[in-house]
Amino acid sequence: MAATGEAVLDVRGLTRLYGAGCPDCLVLTGPDAGTNICPQCHAIVACNNISFDLEQGEILGIVGESGSGKSTLLRCICFDEEATAGECYFAAFGTGRDDAFSQTGQARRYIRNHLLGIVYQNPLMGIKPHFTAGGNVAEKLLTADVYNVSLIRQRAATLLQRTEVPLARMDDFPANFSGGMQQRVQIAKALANNPPVLLLDEVSTGLDVSVQARVLDLIKEIQRDLGIAMIVVSHDLGVIRLLADRTGVMQHGQVIEFGLTDQILEDPQHRYTQLLVHSML
Amino acid sequence: MGNVLSVRQLSKHFILHILGGKVIAGCEEIGFDLKQGEFLGLTGPSGAGKSTVLKCIYRTYLPTSGQMLYTGKDGRQIDLACAPEREMIRLRRREIGYVSQFLKVMPRVPAVDVLAGELRQKGWEMERARQRAREFLKIMDINQALWDAYPSTFSGGEQQRINLARTLITEPRLLLLDEPTASLDIVTRQIVIRVLKDSKAAGATMIGVFHDLDVMGRLVDRVFGIEAGRSSTQCSPPQVATDLTPVPGHYYDSASVECGAGASTDRRGSGRIASREDTL
Ligand SMILES: Nc1ncnc2c1ncn2[C@@H]1O[C@H](COP(=O)(O)OP(=O)(O)OP(=O)(O)O)[C@@H](O)[C@H]1O
Ligand SMILES: Nc1ncnc2c1ncn2[C@@H]1O[C@H](COP(=O)(O)OP(=O)(O)OP(=O)(O)O)[C@@H](O)[C@H]1O
Ligand SMILES: [Mg+2]
Ligand SMILES: [Mg+2]
Ligand SMILES: [Zn+2]
Repeated sequence: MAATGEAVLDVRGLTRLYGAGCPDCLVLTGPDAGTNICPQCHAIVACNNISFDLEQGEILGIVGESGSGKSTLLRCICFDEEATAGECYFAAFGTGRDDAFSQTGQARRYIRNHLLGIVYQNPLMGIKPHFTAGGNVAEKLLTADVYNVSLIRQRAATLLQRTEVPLARMDDFPANFSGGMQQRVQIAKALANNPPVLLLDEVSTGLDVSVQARVLDLIKEIQRDLGIAMIVVSHDLGVIRLLADRTGVMQHGQVIEFGLTDQILEDPQHRYTQLLVHSML
Repeated sequence: MGNVLSVRQLSKHFILHILGGKVIAGCEEIGFDLKQGEFLGLTGPSGAGKSTVLKCIYRTYLPTSGQMLYTGKDGRQIDLACAPEREMIRLRRREIGYVSQFLKVMPRVPAVDVLAGELRQKGWEMERARQRAREFLKIMDINQALWDAYPSTFSGGEQQRINLARTLITEPRLLLLDEPTASLDIVTRQIVIRVLKDSKAAGATMIGVFHDLDVMGRLVDRVFGIEAGRSSTQCSPPQVATDLTPVPGHYYDSASVECGAGASTDRRGSGRIASREDTL
């Protein structure tokens, strides 16, 4: 399904500091300063005034070096971390112009359980290895207020099938699964509540190449079939090339360049992006 | 009929920060018009800027200056040089196709699904998309045994036909072709020529770079020469096919091109090219 023109997620000025911070943190850090650590107060500016929006069915890629703030960005959007400043709007929450960051616990839980799917680099952050594969999916459905047992079982089976986890393994424990299969269980779980927005952090990193290819296919298929919008974080430009329509490049907490993915790869404007692309060739 | 595309003073410079800010000229003040259903051939020596022009139109390259006015299916005019990215994505899905010389596909996706996937992006239902994909693979004369195999394992010529097919199957209104017949043998080249002629007959507007002058002569209405980034010549293709081709299939040396009197004017270095109205 193609992007439709409606923003399902709108992030404005997202900022996250680690440390008390001072009035000059944001200007004293970034690509020009060459660091994300404030020289004055030593706070870490993990995300510095990041804005973008996401349309239905669109895949936005985020690339950047280690420590540039990619994971922090996702973690703020799903409330794993508290944003220091900025706003975040979900079309499906409230009027669509109610800032998620300024909501209290209950509304946040609603957003997280109903409007978001999260896939972490480490599958064990997203799934419980000692719940069965089916049980993991069921857990997410329960948080999304689906209580009918036979419906849950049926939906879990459908999702695991779609992510190519053999049905025979539905009642096995992911602790005994391969890394690729754990990752597919995690994706099934993230999709359980049929979220409009899916956040993926280095989903294919650490998987061997053929397993990685299948995970990437799966993600593309999910986009096409379900029209879910995604933010795909990766330091691997190959992954970004295959998945993302648009891409943002992060360095030292800032987005230094946004563009069509092929343009970012073939005609990068920023010095750092040029380095990144050339080091890949 | 109005112009589908008007390129005006298009320049592209690459600033290479990692080489101390070195500036490389891709193309300089290129200008041409394309009417609906017209097929323009771009020629010029290696490095002249042909691919750069195509990639600017598709916005794989961000133009440095100039305009590229595209008139959409809905009659709206959009300057591709500065259209928002989302607008470009929409146009790419619905109206503007680009065929590069090399295939880039997801690994482990069967040929039939590479094609079907393009239609799925446009909202087609899976079985219908696969059905159409199979028809297209047949048109492209891809051996049926390969339909469910992965294109990354295909021969160069097969890959190139898949590459062309995945774009043509969406029936783009404006088609940008960068050497679409480069690695094909004579038989498959015939197939591609036939398919491109069909697209043209169906109303597609096209720009193509061909190193094979014989192929170009059989397809294009008009030729636009580029040399060292600038427009050099414009002429109609019979001359290309007959006068200018010492041996068909040889690489084209645009330095030797002289358009016959009345056919065109040599505008080398003039920087601006008025569209020629006379076509074949
Ligand atoms: N809980 C924390 N406390 C202090 N600093 C943190 C914390 N979490 C992240 N940081 C810092 O914030 C910055 C951004 O980290 P983040 O994990 O977002 O980077 P990343 O771009 O995801 O890197 P990678 O590619 O290595 O995963 C880093 O400098 C990191 O050290
Ligand atoms: N992404 C890029 N970055 C830097 N320079 C580039 C880039 N793309 C093209 N160029 C330069 O722009 C000039 C024109 O290149 P282009 O690829 O457009 O030539 P061409 O006419 O298509 O040549 P060929 O017939 O060999 O394909 C060349 O000097 C080339 O090196
Ligand atoms: Mg990270
Ligand atoms: Mg070229
Ligand atoms: Zn500070």
